Amino acid sequence: MQFKSQAVAKPYFIAAIGLFVGQILFGLILGLQYVLGDFLFPAIPFNVARMVHTNLLIVWLLFGFMGGTYYMIPEEAETELFSPKLALLMFWVFLVAGALTIVGYLAVPYATLAELTGNNLLETMGREFLEQPLPTKLGIVVVALAFLFNVTMTVLKGKKTAIATVLLIGLWGLAVFFLFSFYNPVNVVLDKFFWWWTVHLWVEGVWELILGSFLAFVLIKTTGVDREVIEKWLYVIVTLTLISGIIGTGHHYFWIGTPEYWQWWGSIFSALEPIPFFGMTVFAFNMVNRRRREHPNKAAVLWALGTGVMAFLGAGVWGFLHTLAPVNYYTHGTQITAAHGHMAFYGAYAMVNLMMISYAMPILNGRAANSNKSQVLEMWSFWLMTVAMVFITLFLTAAGILQVWLQRVSDTPLPFMVAQEKIALFYWMREWAGVMFLIGLILYITSFFYGGQEEKAA
Amino acid sequence: MSGAFTKSMARNIFYGGTVFFFLLFLALSFDTHSQLPKRDMRANITPQIAEGKKLWEVNNCIGCHTLLGEGAYFAPELGNVVVRYGDEGTKAFIQSRPKDGIPGRRSMPQFNFTDEQLNAIVAFLKHVNSINAANWPPNSQG
Repeated sequence: MQFKSQAVAKPYFIAAIGLFVGQILFGLILGLQYVLGDFLFPAIPFNVARMVHTNLLIVWLLFGFMGGTYYMIPEEAETELFSPKLALLMFWVFLVAGALTIVGYLAVPYATLAELTGNNLLETMGREFLEQPLPTKLGIVVVALAFLFNVTMTVLKGKKTAIATVLLIGLWGLAVFFLFSFYNPVNVVLDKFFWWWTVHLWVEGVWELILGSFLAFVLIKTTGVDREVIEKWLYVIVTLTLISGIIGTGHHYFWIGTPEYWQWWGSIFSALEPIPFFGMTVFAFNMVNRRRREHPNKAAVLWALGTGVMAFLGAGVWGFLHTLAPVNYYTHGTQITAAHGHMAFYGAYAMVNLMMISYAMPILNGRAANSNKSQVLEMWSFWLMTVAMVFITLFLTAAGILQVWLQRVSDTPLPFMVAQEKIALFYWMREWAGVMFLIGLILYITSFFYGGQEEKAA
Repeated sequence: MSGAFTKSMARNIFYGGTVFFFLLFLALSFDTHSQLPKRDMRANITPQIAEGKKLWEVNNCIGCHTLLGEGAYFAPELGNVVVRYGDEGTKAFIQSRPKDGIPGRRSMPQFNFTDEQLNAIVAFLKHVNSINAANWPPNSQG
């Protein structure tokens, strides 16, 4: 590696992968609870397993974002990290806080956890994805601020590239919009309105800036295409992201008590949200086709192409599928949403992190790329996980279409649980696809320990 | 992309476009806030409803159910549960959950709520049902 301080990225990547494994195991528990309702009940009720599943996802993606940033910022700024010690300290703070939170979810009833952790001082818990106890939320703020300070100082003392600037805007946005998680008014409509300022403006806003700059960085390194060309693309893509995504928040304001005009604003602007993702796909393929060198790390290039395609399918196509208000009237809050959520998170954010890890880890281990054998195994894991996720999404979509029909459209609408039992077959198929995903993940981890002949040092 | 379109043009469009659309979003949000009091029924929010919302949160109901379509999709929509079950039916359902669940079926935990807490939860759910949510859900099944 070019700068010694890039090494702090390594523990972040290892933690990210470890938490990813936990996320998938709990995903399998949830999938089984969908069909065997009393599985692990009352020890681990569905809501607890789901909290663990989604919170592990968020935390491992954040570990990945931080690790990726620590890896790429010194190279972009062409200077050592401002404080590698602070980065390592924050790693441990974040890991311990995250682990304690998960243990808290599993060890005591949620109401007890709320009582013990000072939810009465400031009520922020019990809202989807923002279930973390107050000390954890405050811990996230501290870690984020220390991280941003460290990264910003590094950029300020070094070169300020477009890629680094877009990344910093994304990361600062991430921290700023998280602050809305502390605002929980008693008026449930206002609560929901601003809840989306964290959730939507993260995943359909500033996180896409992080995604774009990671992708641009790896494409420059692996294809050797001129930085000017790549950075111009990056600006175009993130422009499209924000001009569609900010007002696109309106697609969450159709049925929560907000005025009807959001059905127009939300439908029109969120219908444009696939465009930046399509741009990313075209961008990735275009740059790889115009490559000026053959980078030995084929696996990283595969992840880069994969994240473009899967983000476009999952976030773009599956998002568009149910984003128009007249369609969403019937699909809102069904398995269609679950289908979209799974493929979008995997395609956009899981895969971009795996791309960065794939590119950076061999270099952190002192070689340009892993051995051919190891890369072949990693590519197998890519295909297994990706195809499994396509199946998960297709089965959930099938379940969702049937659910919408049975429960909301047919002449004799069925109660929720009756409809659920009728579509159980698709939940079983989703669970088997989940097992396939786990096999892919096991292969992925195996690929790190699978030696063979090494490529020469970077 | 042709040579005429430079990186600095792209950068300027990025900053300009982002600022413009964020300001537009703020303006729409501001307008929404002026209209909300007629729709969110805030004038009717009592301490009991506030207590019900807190109970809804600290028991992580959203981890299985949806409320106005948002949440998990494991258990029924509750924004209109009072329409399906009525006040007493809703309370009776929550109260009668077996501690160890129902064999083979998705089960709701037994929360051991007091009568006062049950009344607060139902008051909250009735309040949510009174919100003007543009005719959603499509029917009483949620």
